[in-house]
Amino acid sequence: MSTLAPQRVERPRHEESVERDRPWIVIVWNDPINLMTYVSYVIQKLFGFPKEKAERLMLQVHVEGKAVVSGGTREKAEHDVARLQEHGLWATMRRD
Amino acid sequence: MHGIRQGSDGLRVGLAPQERELLRALCSQLLEELRGGGDPDAGLARLFPSASPDDEGAAAQYEELVRPGLEEGKLGALQRVEATAGEERLGAQDAAAWLTGLNDLRLVLGTRLGVTEETYADEPEHPGLAVYGWLTWLQGELVEALAADL
Repeated sequence: MSTLAPQRVERPRHEESVERDRPWIVIVWNDPINLMTYVSYVIQKLFGFPKEKAERLMLQVHVEGKAVVSGGTREKAEHDVARLQEHGLWATMRRD
Repeated sequence: MHGIRQGSDGLRVGLAPQERELLRALCSQLLEELRGGGDPDAGLARLFPSASPDDEGAAAQYEELVRPGLEEGKLGALQRVEATAGEERLGAQDAAAWLTGLNDLRLVLGTRLGVTEETYADEPEHPGLAVYGWLTWLQGELVEALAADL
């Protein structure tokens, strides 16, 4: 993808530490088996979101194919992916 | 009452004896397959998707550190559903096990049947779909009862 955004001129001084500090995001992907009501309920229960927010994320998964549901350190992302996979949601993580 | 409702002391479960026996048998079969240790087919593999398909290092670390606990949790939940399939009341821990256990049964069966979002319209006569459809109904009952209390 081409970019029209201004190029970053400053280079990070400690690439390694920046790499470590880069946050991770947790993504839930659409699948044909999980019920919409179930996905919404699980997101609401695991993250303590209000019902409206959980439903909005569920619909984003359903319509757009995926949604970012949480993020943070690698450990936090692993923990959240595990909780989502425990509930059978198709969850993955990657560096933001 | 046929289905699952919120009661004063937990969830109330109304199922026919044959339905309870079916649930027990499905749990028992999946437990046996998960403990089997052979190469997982697509159905079993669906329970443990790669946590990080674009990042081998992160995926490997997850497999090593997180997956054993995840497997243990899924086995524990299925065992609990198997053990409580005959119960008319479910406590919170039982309900949590039913929630993930029923869903895992649907994921494995649905994947094996090649379920899509249009499956019901396309192949209403597929024999495996009767069991899948029943699990889906039961899961829907459970989610509705639990969501009412959230």
